Amino acid sequence: MPADSVGLVTPQRVSIERALTLDCGRSLPRHDLMIETYGTLNADRSNAVLICHALSGDHHVAGFHSLDDRKPGWWDNCVGPGKPFDTNRFFVVALNNLGGCKGSTGPSTLNPDTGKPYGPEFPLLTVRDWVRSQAMLADALGIEQWAAVAGGSLGGMQVMQWAIDQPQRVRHALVIASAPKLSAQNIAFNEIARQAILSDPEFHGGHFYDYGVIPTHGLKLARMLGHITYLSDDAMRAKFGRLQRANQFSFNFDVEFEVESYLRYQGQSFVDRFDANTYLLMTKALDYFDPAREFGDDLVAAFARAQAHFLVIAFSSDWRFSPARSKEIVSALVKARRSTSYALIDSQLGHDDFLMPIPQYHRVLHAYLDRVATEVGA
Amino acid sequence: MNPSTPPALRPDLALICDWIRPGSHILDLACGEGTLLAHLAAHQQVTGYGLEIDDDEVARCIDVGVNVIQADIDDGLRDFESGSFDYVVMTQALQALQRPDEAIAEILRVGKVGIVTFPNFGHWRVRSALAAGKMPVTPALPDMWYDTPNIHLCTVNDFEALCSQRGWRVLARRLLDRSHQEGLRIRLAPNLFSEVALYMLQAPQAAGESR
Repeated sequence: MPADSVGLVTPQRVSIERALTLDCGRSLPRHDLMIETYGTLNADRSNAVLICHALSGDHHVAGFHSLDDRKPGWWDNCVGPGKPFDTNRFFVVALNNLGGCKGSTGPSTLNPDTGKPYGPEFPLLTVRDWVRSQAMLADALGIEQWAAVAGGSLGGMQVMQWAIDQPQRVRHALVIASAPKLSAQNIAFNEIARQAILSDPEFHGGHFYDYGVIPTHGLKLARMLGHITYLSDDAMRAKFGRLQRANQFSFNFDVEFEVESYLRYQGQSFVDRFDANTYLLMTKALDYFDPAREFGDDLVAAFARAQAHFLVIAFSSDWRFSPARSKEIVSALVKARRSTSYALIDSQLGHDDFLMPIPQYHRVLHAYLDRVATEVGA
Repeated sequence: MNPSTPPALRPDLALICDWIRPGSHILDLACGEGTLLAHLAAHQQVTGYGLEIDDDEVARCIDVGVNVIQADIDDGLRDFESGSFDYVVMTQALQALQRPDEAIAEILRVGKVGIVTFPNFGHWRVRSALAAGKMPVTPALPDMWYDTPNIHLCTVNDFEALCSQRGWRVLARRLLDRSHQEGLRIRLAPNLFSEVALYMLQAPQAAGESR
């Protein structure tokens, strides 16, 4: 076990026994959230940090579930003793969002009314709904105000929504590789991913659990498409180029180029760990996200409510949520005169760079979070 | 975040602080490690942002709690609204820009008042180097001609000619020698004896507005 790892961690189930009214008009009488926490909540409960996950993330952010695990949690390089989210100072909370498929209430969990999985009966959610659910989690943990809320991509959208909807409860907002709303191109990619799943015969209108099958093909295609958007053209060229498995063309549709092999592998391994209904729900939450909407499409007015200090980070090679999208956020924050810093990280990989231990990126996070920790007496 | 209290300020920055009203909202272009903003925030309740392109400087700004936006001045200030800052400050960066004139016009659009400082290329040391047939290397301009970031040097006279041509109002001017003093010689022959020039400017249409 590396010295800077949080070590072995055990997920916990938190039952929220309160009704949650959703943007779609429906409500859930109760829901469960799977969480992991690292570090210790201090006596005045001022050192708690919430980490929000992206499309396919979950509560397992750092450490290992067993000594046999090959890989640690998805942001292990950033969370641990001495790391940017220093667990010697902060109490870090990570969750699997409502609607997820890693133990939190979602489409694949049992509907108490029917005794069967919710499937397509599970309501579609918005980022606002997640913030409401996460605020209930904060209540359950006795956390009045987060020292920081942080997240990349879809996680960064939750951070912005937190700062707007719960201004008193967020001291610092770390918005990484995100966007103030999806572009038409972003929505178009999501729509193709959804159509891949919806048109898979094994999807059965979302009731595939009842048939003992999963829409493997559709989910795999959706993930393959997603992966293309997570990598830059340069990164794909560097990683695969036009490398072939054999010297000759085989003139058929088997895997010939290494990039095909990579995408098929990524697609297949995703099918084994993710739920198709959750994928659909997550992509819709992305599409719906638009915090300016309830403020007359004025992002400045939306951010004017926020009281948090903001750190916005973008990556030069990210084209899915490019630096220009982060600049939209920064520009609105500056117009709203919010306390804001913006770092543009020189990078190669693409959108996935927000998960990578790029030295300048971690240096900026370290510097910022050190000050946060000092400020809250951690 | 409350910035850390910085150490004593460079004399030219201290003079700029004298020009800035407490409680103002400021944009500091090419802010470096955020010294000026940290000082103004700590002593004059000033809010605002620094603009900086360099990775190391950005990290240092965040270290000391100065709000910094990583961007290139040459890419423009178009993301900033007109008149959205009480002061836009740019110290010792004018001569390194692609288009100093356009940058000043943008400074005076975004800021109600602009504060610009630059090394005076009319200083006698510069002139004597040129008279001897050499590109000047002086305390204010320490780089060799082949590796200097300075591509648009000007004299005090050149600068004032540009100001009057564009109709920019000079609200205040300080001309300093190497030890940041204003002596008799500078008063008698400013373009010959000043090494550092500080100007407070205002756009023509803003004339009469707040200072």
